[in-house]
Amino acid sequence: MIPLPNATRPTTGSGAFRVVVFEGTGSRPLEPTTRRELVTALLQKGHAVTVVRSGSAASAITGGTLVVLGRFTDAQPERAEGNGGAVAIHFRDIESAPAARAAEMVDEIRNELQLPKPGGWKPWFPVIDYDRCTNCMQCLSFCLFDVYGVSADKKIQVQNQNKCKTDCPACSRVCPEVAILFPKYRHGPINGDVVSSDDVRREVMKVDISALLGGDIYQALRDRSAKSKSRFAKERDEDRALEERQKCLVKLGEKLDIPAEVFASLPSIDEIRAKADAAAARAAAALSGN
Amino acid sequence: MSLPLRVLYCHCAYANVVPKAVKEDVLRQLTESGVAFDAVPDLCELSAKKDPCLAELAGGGPVKIVACYPRAVKWLFSAAGTPLPTDGIEVLNMRTETADAIAQNLLGRAAPEVTS
Repeated sequence: MIPLPNATRPTTGSGAFRVVVFEGTGSRPLEPTTRRELVTALLQKGHAVTVVRSGSAASAITGGTLVVLGRFTDAQPERAEGNGGAVAIHFRDIESAPAARAAEMVDEIRNELQLPKPGGWKPWFPVIDYDRCTNCMQCLSFCLFDVYGVSADKKIQVQNQNKCKTDCPACSRVCPEVAILFPKYRHGPINGDVVSSDDVRREVMKVDISALLGGDIYQALRDRSAKSKSRFAKERDEDRALEERQKCLVKLGEKLDIPAEVFASLPSIDEIRAKADAAAARAAAALSGN
Repeated sequence: MSLPLRVLYCHCAYANVVPKAVKEDVLRQLTESGVAFDAVPDLCELSAKKDPCLAELAGGGPVKIVACYPRAVKWLFSAAGTPLPTDGIEVLNMRTETADAIAQNLLGRAAPEVTS
């Protein structure tokens, strides 16, 4: 069996699945174009790839499943084990396989092992910059989709990434410290760009507006809703009320760059109230320990 | 003994925030060079899934990460429970830098001609 260089020597076990394009000792190098096509095909299928060449370093493979692709000069077993069984190694000779076929070979192994297919979900979720976060819990109180939670040590954390609404950056806009990132967002500083003093000033203004509302945005919204209900009840004009609400949502969506689908999936007003109360309680409990 | 420098490239799938031409040209220059490197389809996805690969990629000494904004990369690793070390990490931003500037940094030479 070909020896993997030190940089890729398996050590301890883990559940990783990685593909190695092996061009070290015991394998003939690929042509540059073939290598590019192969790596591109593997990445497009969602596989992490390590290109191993003699004389330079790649990251360690510490365990899990490894698929080693190469033009091997000696026969390799189809399967082998490394590190006392912690690493399952699958060898495939790609001498006569074009890039697309080689990528299919990897898929076949993945399917045989019944491993979940990569991809299928645009990874859109908030990432907290703890250098800036002050644990104020505004994001917890704001998010209606249960994305945020509190850790055992009472720190805000992102607990349910997959509940986040794709392309919605709204929670990052309520953060007074510009501490919430969406790396796939178009604009800075939400995308992770450097936070400027102007950005911070804008956030302070938002907090001031919140304070003007009495510091409790949900209560302010409830009051406003109650007033509106009363007014519209007097006017007996439900169509007008609906029209006004839709206008407000469109305006809010444009201002905060919130996709229309997010508004369409909002919980009912009763659920919102219940969530707000639960979030407030969790935030209060966390903050009481700060 | 100091550990050798590694290269980690993120292909940033699922979104068009990294210019396609930049990421493809960086990948071309990497694959056509003689260096070993690691490539992942999407760092965000690995972070969300807390993929064990991230621990392997974060550890092991100095690394140049070709991805997006350094602040985003730092906290993506942290969110996965595998924070990057404070030393020996350089993030090259494909959202703001040219492919040639990144290749120059990684490979220390002028960009080669396109071969296909």
